[in-house]
Amino acid sequence: MKKLINSPDTVVTDALAGMGAAHPSLAVDVENKVILRAGGPTAGKVGLVSGGGAGHEPLHGGFVGYGMLDAACAGEVFTSPVPDQMLLATKAVNAGAGVLHIVKNYTGDVLNFQMAAELADDEGIEVASVVVNDDVAVQDSLYTAGRRGVGATVFVEKIAGALAERGASLAEVAAVAAEVNERTRSFGVALTSCTVPAAGKPTFELAEQEIELGIGIHGEPGRTRAPLQPAGAIVEIVMDAINGDLPLAGDLLVMVNGMGGTPLIELYGAFNEVSRYVSGHGARIAANLVGNYITSLDMQGFSVTICHLTNTLADLWGFPVDTPGLRWGR
Amino acid sequence: MDAEFFRAWITEIAAVVQVQRDHLTQLDSAIGDADHGINLARGFGAVQAALDTADTPTPGSVLLLTGSTLISKVGGASGPLYGTAFRRAAKSLGDEREVELPAVAEALAAALAGVKKLGAASEGEKTMVDALAPAVAAFSKAVSEGADAPDAMAALTDAADAGAHDTIEMQARKGRASYLGPRSVGHEDPGAASAALMLHALRDVAARLAR
Repeated sequence: MKKLINSPDTVVTDALAGMGAAHPSLAVDVENKVILRAGGPTAGKVGLVSGGGAGHEPLHGGFVGYGMLDAACAGEVFTSPVPDQMLLATKAVNAGAGVLHIVKNYTGDVLNFQMAAELADDEGIEVASVVVNDDVAVQDSLYTAGRRGVGATVFVEKIAGALAERGASLAEVAAVAAEVNERTRSFGVALTSCTVPAAGKPTFELAEQEIELGIGIHGEPGRTRAPLQPAGAIVEIVMDAINGDLPLAGDLLVMVNGMGGTPLIELYGAFNEVSRYVSGHGARIAANLVGNYITSLDMQGFSVTICHLTNTLADLWGFPVDTPGLRWGR
Repeated sequence: MDAEFFRAWITEIAAVVQVQRDHLTQLDSAIGDADHGINLARGFGAVQAALDTADTPTPGSVLLLTGSTLISKVGGASGPLYGTAFRRAAKSLGDEREVELPAVAEALAAALAGVKKLGAASEGEKTMVDALAPAVAAFSKAVSEGADAPDAMAALTDAADAGAHDTIEMQARKGRASYLGPRSVGHEDPGAASAALMLHALRDVAARLAR
């Protein structure tokens, strides 16, 4: 397996240093693996902190900037960061209005953010948390750790970030974050495995003409395997899963997301199929993203994430944003 | 049992997880994300380094530093869970310079309670609780019935081994293994396996230092 890296031990810090060099709008603490806005916290604004294992770029560090996150903590590849990093980020972005932690629903992420919130509370910082769990591939029941947090994280960070930028309170920002999560569903498909640099070999094996339906963003297994089929048929499986969980209706925000190894020509082809499916079900795509936003290293595959918009959410989605990974309106 | 005893226990754990690193990672690759041995070896390496430089005059201070370092260095789920276990045990032992078996039994019970609360886990869900809970119960029972250290330690590790073995037939309900549903059956839980290793280290150190 070929990788453009110096060594598996430095892959995360090399990338963080590169992000700092590429984007003067960011202040990157490479040693502690925390990415902050260069200008420091905005007085009186609720701070937004997210984080998770590395390997999903541009999530989360690429979404630090005006209208989105104030800080992102990176762990090792696919391993959650530790509470010390989250506390450092929380203290750095606290401007007196409290801090929202945006956490993807994985046991490690949840536990470490929970401990960080307790530590911040000890220091007198008000912290609220939203746990994102939008992946319909995982059964949400007493018998699992619950649905995984995937594509909805991008929407939560964008929309909560916009509301925070407008000066809303911590309770209001946390409420809109929870609302976006509740109104969003995702489903992913892998065409190939990813390869974790430290492991040096593919995380799982797929035959040449086989795909994994319901893949997670760390190469965790999904619902089932199926033979490779035309994009239209694969998208129909994906959309049936999402539509079966929360029937399509009204104005939708739709993301067709690449897993890291899928070219845009294929993602646009998939978006065309998604678009056809949505209009066939009497709903409308009011806004969209097509590209690599929450990846799994070099995995070939894609995910679809759909949020049922309200007027308020649509307005917040359109609010100006200026980050390395998302930018419009200013 | 004094601070030196507890430092020897932690040193023994660091050595054991290093030796068992690949085995634990292998167990984790079957039903998790293939990093349990790597993370514990990294974490206890950092704990060893911290203990080598810090002043830890009491059993509680040894375990508190151990727990705090694990939380700071490991990440994932095992860092907070084991970190909390050691910190709760430390708080239970307090500032005593010398502790006896009943205090150790209470400390282990406090560690178990901390893990169950943080992980929202109970027995039968294919986690480290399935090794720890029966081990703590057997140890407490033996101590309350007046067993000496070798017998109490034997009860501890026998129950931990049996509990870890029992996870093979369980379906995971916590952590990443739970996504596998029925496909998680047939594999020993890596957290239960590592918990049993840590308790074996306690028994081995007790036997060695008693000589």
